This record gives sequence, structure tokens and C-alpha cells, in this order.
Amino acid sequence: MGATKVVTDETFEAEVLKSGKPVIVDYWAEWCGPCRMVAPVLEEIATEYAEKIDVVKLNIDENPAVSQRYGIMAIPTMNVFSGGQVVKQIVGAKPKSALLRELAGYI
Amino acid sequence: MAEVTEVRNVIVIGSGPAGYTAALYAARAELKPLVFEGSVTAGGALMQTTEVENFPGFPDAIMGPELMDSMRKQAERFGAELVADDVTAVDLVAADPKVVKTDGETYLAKAVIIATGSRYKELGVPGEKELGGHGVSWCATCDGFFFRGHDIAVIGGGDSAMEEAMFLTRFGRSVTVIHRRDTLRASKIMQERAFANPKITFRWDSEVVEVLGADKVTGLRIKSTKDGAEQVLPVTGVFVAIGHDPRSDLFAGQLAADADGYLLVSQPSTRTAIEGVFACGDVVDRTYRQAVTAAGTGCAAALDAERWLASREH
Repeated sequence: MGATKVVTDETFEAEVLKSGKPVIVDYWAEWCGPCRMVAPVLEEIATEYAEKIDVVKLNIDENPAVSQRYGIMAIPTMNVFSGGQVVKQIVGAKPKSALLRELAGYI
Repeated sequence: MAEVTEVRNVIVIGSGPAGYTAALYAARAELKPLVFEGSVTAGGALMQTTEVENFPGFPDAIMGPELMDSMRKQAERFGAELVADDVTAVDLVAADPKVVKTDGETYLAKAVIIATGSRYKELGVPGEKELGGHGVSWCATCDGFFFRGHDIAVIGGGDSAMEEAMFLTRFGRSVTVIHRRDTLRASKIMQERAFANPKITFRWDSEVVEVLGADKVTGLRIKSTKDGAEQVLPVTGVFVAIGHDPRSDLFAGQLAADADGYLLVSQPSTRTAIEGVFACGDVVDRTYRQAVTAAGTGCAAALDAERWLASREH
């Protein structure tokens, strides 16, 4: 079992919006190659920074409500939520070093 | 930290048809090549295409990712060591053996083959970067899904632009191709298909001046290249397909490149000005840029490297 968790349209509010710590939401889909490539990187980040931040995955095919609400128009998109708000948006698959730089304020 | 002592025969930087073919040939020459394919870019440009109809040997076409996976497996079968990591720095000039670094590790090699390929060109207009992922995309197969029922603009006049436009007709309500001249440089067959597609219209002699929209694309401001007249095209999706820039930044100051960043080699070989450093594929080729020509130069690079290594032993 990996360090990332799965969230859905139904569990989004409880797991992400009401979370006490920052949460990275990874929007992905089966047919998205770059999403698959960035997945192991996110697993590593979830493990290494478990105290500071949670990493959750939202399948956009199965969860259209949340994807539409946040205007997701490209995947992978990684949104950082803190206090129920999107505080950072990262669009596109990036190597670990680049992701860590983008997440610097939250980890 | 343990000091690096192992010196590899050859390190390949990059993947795609050039990198994987170089790896295959180097492996069969028993050089045990170490290949850095890229952590999120492994497989190169063809990972973002659907059917590849023009790679010889596949009369029924083959999906880009599948072709890359096959090439990769073939290289692995003969002993290539493939690592899904990114090279962050190199020292090809002052160091012997050559130094190749990733984020956490340092590697040494006698020979280096560069196959870093190219990246999408951006328009470089206001709004483009800001709205990336919010209506602006450089990859139809990646993001087309999000534009069901949208009015979409595709910017470009080559094969990639035609391919993207046609792919997007599966999703969009309309697809408008915006090109700054009045003729396309795409291959005849791609042009014919695009012209025949009822969802595709063309805006000739036009260039994009600005991408409009606050948190989503609402339109494009375009200008006529003939008389400068401007107008707004209301679209909610913008796909930029104007070509590629070679990924040669890693080698700045070490290897010579032309004015557009393409690495220089001693044609018809793949030899750069540095002994033991070879370059192949789209990071060199500004003329053909096909998967098969990349594979061809990848093979040449491995053979050039093999012969160079052998000559050093005598």
C-alpha cells in the first residue's frame, strides 16, 4: 500500500478541504501517460514528507464534480490545498527536483 | 560519500528513437550502455502521439508509446541499463573520463551519446504561459479530452499542427487552424485530410498576438500578417503546434550549437568537436526530425562511439 490515498467527489471535503495539514491533490486518469510517470515521484514525496503534507489522488474520469469545480483542463495537475483553498497549482509532469522546488513553502 | 570509481564505456543521455537505438547498438557491441531516459520524459516526443503511420515496418500503424516501449525492451534485451532519471549537469570538456550527474549521483564514462531531443516551442505571447493548463496546451493527445464541445484553435502549419487539429475534432465543436502564411508546410496527405474534415476551418496569414482570459481562455487576439488588422477569435481551447526547440541547454559552453540551439556534429558522422562525445536525433537534426531518421542517427552514434573506443585501445 503506497503512501498516497485515493479521494473521490464524495470524500473530497473531509479528506482535503477539512484537512489540518496541506494536501497535494493529484488529478489523473488511466489514459494519461505523463500521470503514470509522475505517480512514483508523488509516492516518494508522500513518504518522505508525510509529517508535513498529505498526497491524494483523484481520478478525473470517475470524479467529474471536483475536477470541474477546480477547472482542471490538463493532467497531470497537482493542486496544493491548505485551509480548504487552492494555494498552489502545478500543471504537467515534472521531475522530483522541480516538484520539490514548487512545493518548497509547504514541505 | 563513496567516491565514484566505476567508469562506464558509454552513457546515453536521452531516450526516444535516437536514444533507444543508440542503446540497442551499444548493447549489442557489448558496451553495457547506461541510459538516462528521463524521469517524466522517457520515450520522448512519440509518447505524445497516437498512431505512427510513417515509421517503416508497420503497415497497420503503431501507437507511439507502443513503438517506444518496443524499442526500449529491445535495448534492454541486449544489456542496456535504462534508468528513468534526468541528467542535471555534465562535464565533457575538462574531465576525462567524462562526468555525468543526476540529482543525487555522479557517473563517469569514456564516451557520451547525446539524444536529448527537443521540446515544444511556445508562441511567446502574453497570456500563453499564464493560461497553460487552463485552456492553453501544447499537446492535443494529452489534453484534448478536456475540450469536449469547445471551440478550439490550433496554431501551426506543419504535420504536427494538422495531426493535432484532426485529433481535436474528436472532442471539439470546431477547430480553427491559425497559420501565419497561406500555404501549409505539412505533408500532402495530412493537408488533404485536414481540408476534407468538416470541423476544421483555416485562418490564413494570421498570427496570434495575445491569449485572452483571466483564469480560463476566452479567446485569441490575432493579427493579419498582410495588413496588420487585428481581431478577436472567440475560442476556449488553444493548442500550440509551431515546432520544437532542441534540448541543448545542458551543453551550453561545452558543445557548439547553431543559432537555434541545434548541436553541431561532423556530418555525416555524429561526432561533436569533443573526442568521445556524439550527438543524434532531434537535438541535432533541424531538417528531417522523423522517428526513423532519429533512429538512424542513434545507430550511427553507437557505431561511432564503438569505433572510437576501439581505436583508443590501440
